[in-house]
Amino acid sequence: MTAATQARAAAGAKPGRKPPRLGAGRRGRGGRGGRGGTGARERHSVVLSALMTIMLCYALLPLFWLVVNSAKTQRALFTTFGLWFGGKFALWSNIHQVLTYDNGIFVRWLANTVVYVVVGAGGATFLATLAGYGMAKYDFPGKRAVFAIVLGAVAIPGTALAVPTFLLFSRLHLTNTPWSVILPSLVSPLGLYLIWVYAADAVPTELLEAARIDGAGEFRTFFVISMRLLTPGVVTVLLFTVVATWNNYFLPLIMLSNPHWYPLTVGLNDWNAQSSTAGGQAIYNLVITGSLLTVIPIMIAFLVMQRYWRSGLAAGSVKQ
Amino acid sequence: MAAAVVSRAVFRRPRRRRWTGWGFVGPFLIVFAVALVAPVCYAIYLSLFRQQLIGGNAFVGLANYHLALSDPRFWESLRRVLLFLAVQVPVMLVLALLAALALDSARLRWAAVYRLSIFLPYAVPAVVASLMWGFMYGSQFGLVARLSSLLRVGLPDPLSSSWVLVSIGNIVTWEFAGYNMLIFYAALRAVPGELYEAASIDGATALGIVRWIKLPALRPALVVAGVFSVIGSLQLFNEPNILQQLAPDAIGTSFTPNMYAYNLSFAGQEYNYSAAIAIGMGVITMVLAYAVQLYGRRKAA
Repeated sequence: MTAATQARAAAGAKPGRKPPRLGAGRRGRGGRGGRGGTGARERHSVVLSALMTIMLCYALLPLFWLVVNSAKTQRALFTTFGLWFGGKFALWSNIHQVLTYDNGIFVRWLANTVVYVVVGAGGATFLATLAGYGMAKYDFPGKRAVFAIVLGAVAIPGTALAVPTFLLFSRLHLTNTPWSVILPSLVSPLGLYLIWVYAADAVPTELLEAARIDGAGEFRTFFVISMRLLTPGVVTVLLFTVVATWNNYFLPLIMLSNPHWYPLTVGLNDWNAQSSTAGGQAIYNLVITGSLLTVIPIMIAFLVMQRYWRSGLAAGSVKQ
Repeated sequence: MAAAVVSRAVFRRPRRRRWTGWGFVGPFLIVFAVALVAPVCYAIYLSLFRQQLIGGNAFVGLANYHLALSDPRFWESLRRVLLFLAVQVPVMLVLALLAALALDSARLRWAAVYRLSIFLPYAVPAVVASLMWGFMYGSQFGLVARLSSLLRVGLPDPLSSSWVLVSIGNIVTWEFAGYNMLIFYAALRAVPGELYEAASIDGATALGIVRWIKLPALRPALVVAGVFSVIGSLQLFNEPNILQQLAPDAIGTSFTPNMYAYNLSFAGQEYNYSAAIAIGMGVITMVLAYAVQLYGRRKAA
């Protein structure tokens, strides 16, 4: 890469061909001062704050309930008021029980989930980035067909695929293996679409041509130059795929019968089923504390990643 | 589409490596074929056969689909998700719309706190969301029963068969209102500032700006949120499947079409019929999603 390449990057170039969109292009709006209406100096509205506070309470109430009840013994769950602490403070002993119950099966489920997320969501994001970039920046035979396929697939709901995928995989004796969960989560047509829209603007075609003139290979250019420019788009797609795989339930439920391969979601439901079954050992405190432990990592990941993500890109999905 | 054709003509130029693009798209397409195309094809194939006592696996054409059309359990489940779609989706989208307008109004202090908190439930797994709400609904250590006795009013049992659909609607609304709010909010942020300046010069009121600038700007976002909501409603599975443990009397094995297909596969081993229901529902979902899109586009024109 020469200085000329860098200079062209800085100058910004005409965007390449973009996928067709419905709406207007994305335009950043400079400064938020004096907008939203009638006057330059807008007062904060008390009514609006009150209404939004109600909505905020609605959003946070169940999570508050979860924290409060994770600190209760099973007995206290039934005898004390649900929205405040009561009985012995049992959070640490609950966590200890969750992690050790049934020979530490919860830890196993956590490890499974991490593997499914890293391989599944990471792989899905990588494949979508590669393909979305290819669609935005290259012309190749059969591109129209790929375009039609991808656009059609965005509308196919994942849950609609669970039963058919199970039927095929059970025929191929792939069920009850980690691959039965990972393989289907590697496909993210929506992710591909988002990267495509994003790459069309974010990676100047002239920059790529400059790199070509400099003699850089196509894939090297991708990994060294383009990936850097694509980062905000990639993080956004990663956020979606990580949340989707961490929270995946229907697919592993249908694919896995051996508890040793369960992700957290299916495992928790198993514990709940055990508690609700007549004759089963009730472990509601473990279901609740286990739920808390399931939510915490994904929330941390979520809060960290949302700082980097482009909400404009989320809307990009909107402006097909 | 015309613009795309024009830009195609302008930007088309001879390229040295015409097949290079496949190197980028190829890996995705291979996985796509294995994990998405193949299962759908196999399910379509399965749905055309039937396991028979005499003669084994026999080709029966569309008989499985005909069976579904005359199956009251399928119709009941379909009616239920359509009702869900008609009530829950508008409630959720209106809530999300109002919240997004409030965030964008510049009249809200600490807007970022509201935005993040209301979006947060999207990150909660459906399993955990359903368990939390289910426990709060439940009679054993439920809040609703507690509130009933506290306030001395007879609140209905949220897990009874007449209320359970509303309770599921509440869970789904809780999970996705913030997500939709964010989609709307992003669309509002993309409105060029000059429009507001022009409107304020013309003396438009705040409500006038909402009516004539913001709502039209939200149309594409509304269409997409509508499409996703149609898909989510018709394919409803997670929430009722998890609540089933807590409300076995109110939620049967064919509560939604997806639950029916799942239970046919597992409890009944009726793979062929299950495949027909899954494929049939996939088609119905896509047709409805497409109709929403078409409706949104036509009104925009």
